[in-house]
Amino acid sequence: MSDWQPKILAILCNWCSYAGADLAGVSRLQYPPNIRVVRIPCSGRVDPLFIMKAFQTGYDGVLVSGCHPGDCHYLSGNYFARRKFAVIKPLMEFIGLEPDRLQFSWVSAGEGERFSEVVTKVTKDIQKIGPITKMVKGV
Amino acid sequence: MNKVIKIENGTKQGVLNFLEHLITTDKISGVLTLRKINEKGICDYGFISDAKELKFADPFAPVMPINAAQTLSSLTPTTKPIAAIIKPCELRGFVERVKRVQGSMKNVLLISYTCGGVLPLNTFQGDGSEKIIADYYNAISKGETPGSIRPTCKACEYFVPMMADITIPLLGNSESESECSLIMNSEFAIQISKEFQCEIITSELDSKIIDKVLAVRISEKEKLYNKTKVTKDGLDELVNIFGKCVGCHGCSRVCPICYCVMCDFESHNFDYNIEIFETELEQKGALRLPPDTVFFQIGRLAHMSFSCVGCGQCEDVCPANIPVATIFKKVGEATAGLFDYIPGKDLEEAIPVMIFKEEEFEEIGK
Repeated sequence: MSDWQPKILAILCNWCSYAGADLAGVSRLQYPPNIRVVRIPCSGRVDPLFIMKAFQTGYDGVLVSGCHPGDCHYLSGNYFARRKFAVIKPLMEFIGLEPDRLQFSWVSAGEGERFSEVVTKVTKDIQKIGPITKMVKGV
Repeated sequence: MNKVIKIENGTKQGVLNFLEHLITTDKISGVLTLRKINEKGICDYGFISDAKELKFADPFAPVMPINAAQTLSSLTPTTKPIAAIIKPCELRGFVERVKRVQGSMKNVLLISYTCGGVLPLNTFQGDGSEKIIADYYNAISKGETPGSIRPTCKACEYFVPMMADITIPLLGNSESESECSLIMNSEFAIQISKEFQCEIITSELDSKIIDKVLAVRISEKEKLYNKTKVTKDGLDELVNIFGKCVGCHGCSRVCPICYCVMCDFESHNFDYNIEIFETELEQKGALRLPPDTVFFQIGRLAHMSFSCVGCGQCEDVCPANIPVATIFKKVGEATAGLFDYIPGKDLEEAIPVMIFKEEEFEEIGK
């Protein structure tokens, strides 16, 4: 168990968080290697199904990251994302998944440091929760 | 207090007289209503445009062959007014569809009634149904909950129509055999019935009866939730519940909210192609076939639970007797509750995921 490392799906918006991750890279900032990045045009593009599918296929955690409220490249995509996100939380509780497995953050293109902090925090949180069993076992 | 049309006739006959007047005076081109299709009393929805055909209409039959929201949205928009007598949950489903631009409220005279619930399809059309139906009418005229109705109906709190142009008091109306009152809620209803010869008074629904029924329904709801055990064990229990699922997707076909022509779950994304499930197989070592029965429900919950009107049609058609409607109602309460949203209550109220406020859920993303 000690050498278990969580696998985390990071869904990053093209304009802010993905650029933030880039900046973290070129600034040579350290963060855990547990995330697998998917780049999407906007956090508003995230369908709750993407997140559920990630849990089902065995990801231990999902991080969705977009532009700060008010900074969306498409003006309001991240506000919609936030609403959808609010809907997923009770659903996760209902199916018995720890709500903390899903995390949401705002990271702008200039916040390379914040990106590395967010990833470190998310990885720690999910390490604490442990490997996902609910969605991958059974049916 | 609203304008109320009083008709000296039984409720059913009174409504039919009113509709006959609207059709013969060419106020409406027809009416969508439940009607008997044969001697055995089997009912379906029909659009009646000839007043002579109204004698087969049975608008208050305790059955839901389909959720009329689907039919009504395919009948609209219409250039000539039509009327529709539908149940409160069907009406709410229709409103939700209109919000999704799958229909139009324009030129539709929406008539609904305080609903005593419906029988499961098999009971309504099965042997000995005459007695069950007679008992049903007897019980609802006293404002009681008939034992034969669907579990979801027993637990339904929204039996008073919202957004109806005309409301008919049926539940707990002991005089429904001898008189008929049509409560006019909108200007459209008043205009269209102007020439109808009748007594007009001002009145409203009896709130005493409504409160009484509501208390019973709420306690039934708690009982139902406890019985289904959907809260306690999370996914393990869900796996047990949906383990029986045959994957027919009937629940989404009959759902008034699921309007997508091509459901993602019926697309090639979910074919049994082994490559698609590679990662999953790596984790589990084995895969249930057909795959994704629980995932299908989770997906539907994520997509439309906040709009679930709790009509119970999904549960009624389920060949495996899975309590789908109870689960959707329960989760829907949690998701819609976040936004104080009651599906189908008001056309002006936008679907929660279609709007946002800048100042809300500020703890998210911190």
